[in-house]
Amino acid sequence: MAKELWKGNEAIAEAAIRAGCDCFFGYPITPQSEVPEYMSVHLPEHGGVFVQAESEVAAINMVYGAAGAGMRAMTSSSSPGISLKQEGITYIAGAELPAVIINCMRGGPGLGTIQPGQGDYFQATRGGGNGDYRTVVLSPSNVQETVDFVQEAFDIADQYRNPVMVVCDGLIGQMMEPIEWREIPKRKLPPKDWAASGRKGRDHHNVINSLYMDPEVCDEHNRHLDEKYAEIVKNEIRWEEVECEDAELVITAYGTPARIALTALEALRAEGIKAGLFRPITLWPFPEKALHELAAKEHVKAFLDVEMSSSGQMIDDVRLAVEGQKPISYLGHAGGVMPTVEEMIESAKKALKEVK
Amino acid sequence: MAIVYQKSAGLTDHELHYCPGCHHGIIHKLVAESLVELGLLDDAIGVCPVGCSVFAYNYFSCDMQEAAHGRAPAVATGIKRTHPDQCVFTYQGDGDLASIGAAEIVHAAMRGEKFTTIFVNNAIYGMTGGQMAPTTLIGQRATTCQSGRTVEQAGMPIRVAEMLSTLDGCVYAERVCVTDIANINKAKKAIKKAFEKQMNREGFTFIEVLSTCPTNWGMTPLKANQWLKENMAAYYPLGVIKDKAIDAEVK
Repeated sequence: MAKELWKGNEAIAEAAIRAGCDCFFGYPITPQSEVPEYMSVHLPEHGGVFVQAESEVAAINMVYGAAGAGMRAMTSSSSPGISLKQEGITYIAGAELPAVIINCMRGGPGLGTIQPGQGDYFQATRGGGNGDYRTVVLSPSNVQETVDFVQEAFDIADQYRNPVMVVCDGLIGQMMEPIEWREIPKRKLPPKDWAASGRKGRDHHNVINSLYMDPEVCDEHNRHLDEKYAEIVKNEIRWEEVECEDAELVITAYGTPARIALTALEALRAEGIKAGLFRPITLWPFPEKALHELAAKEHVKAFLDVEMSSSGQMIDDVRLAVEGQKPISYLGHAGGVMPTVEEMIESAKKALKEVK
Repeated sequence: MAIVYQKSAGLTDHELHYCPGCHHGIIHKLVAESLVELGLLDDAIGVCPVGCSVFAYNYFSCDMQEAAHGRAPAVATGIKRTHPDQCVFTYQGDGDLASIGAAEIVHAAMRGEKFTTIFVNNAIYGMTGGQMAPTTLIGQRATTCQSGRTVEQAGMPIRVAEMLSTLDGCVYAERVCVTDIANINKAKKAIKKAFEKQMNREGFTFIEVLSTCPTNWGMTPLKANQWLKENMAAYYPLGVIKDKAIDAEVK
């Protein structure tokens, strides 16, 4: 198939339409506004529903209603807007509804900046809302992966009846890249016989709900969710390793910094430094076992975690996975400043020097 | 023997949790009967709030969704936009709708969302134990205004039906109560009319039902009924607040 030049945010919207997204509810916020803009024009052309909500809070609750009625529903936003959606996301998780949420991350905290950031890792992977729940978090590092993951996100959401978040950053959302509309492997999806879409002769009424007043029943519901999360951990963990086979220094990074790291690897290798990249693709579930095993290898001497975050957030998961086997250094900037290739090279050399 | 009265098929056999004298039971019955009589039960999707009627999903026999506090109009928007031929309603209290969900109800009405909202106004937060609501009357006591609500502290109570009536998307708004048979009949007529207008795709329809809370008002059910008529109905006038179809004819 011929490659086409697409802007990240518009490609996200087009990918969702191709995945059979029935409805989109959004609210303007930079740097993701091209998603609702594209949806407003093209989703109705495919028989879908577009509503510009009065707030991010309303948008995610529209997603709840539509998803609860059996639709493939989606919303998108950027960091401060995703904060507002957290209430809805925990209800969606609690009521076990499939939904796709895009976070085109920018720098924070608060209004922060409209430039790319990765300060929402905790929010995405630890559950930004209340209660014990998990959101599947897919992290693409280019526009091609973004369109692939957005399409797959709908299937993952339907398969597990769980919210799926695709986190890219403002850079991926705003940049144009050649992509291919690849066939996404189809999953066997369960029927939505639970949907509250009108009884239409059904002998019982369906209820979409996350309220369990009896503590024993609520405990049981949480256990059921836990079992589902365990299944997701078993089936869905993804990561990429680049030149890790003999690496002495392994960079851990996701999204845009992982992409910058590829150039740093080339430069380091050219200087004879054995550097590799470990890139988590699912941020939750995190590829903990794979990273733990990599850290155990004798040739690996040190890790360098690189994020667009002031002191790092994913680094907590890296530490949990490495379990003290090897030292971990950190390089990062927040507030829209991206780590450079030069900085990565310098930090990598420093990290190696410290262990030798 | 001939059956002269029976429970509506629109209600389940679940035991209601409401306090003695509370009007929710009557209002539930009117909504359920209206759906059945209009032949909409099998097509209906209801959205319940957070508040005293949080368990309404157990009581209505149509498909139901439980919304986060105040968000029922947004949830209903998501349902109705994707199911335009079906009957969608929200059932909300005054804390849910007039306070935390004020933005959602205003914008649903502004967009002319074609669902019906049943707004049960009892001038207090019932479920959480009697705190002041935006609809609490001046001088009325609540656990967060123990000497009575004052204008200085909390402003004047909000008349939601009148406020929503200013929006073109709201085609029908009526305020009713269920304190006696005559008013119960009027209330049912209003609810049915709202559902009919919804199914005719006329726009957003809104029924405000003034209701009692004997438990948190600290009154007997009969005294509460009396208090509603004398105090609430004086500030929140009963009757049709807006009917776009009639207004158009008059013009």
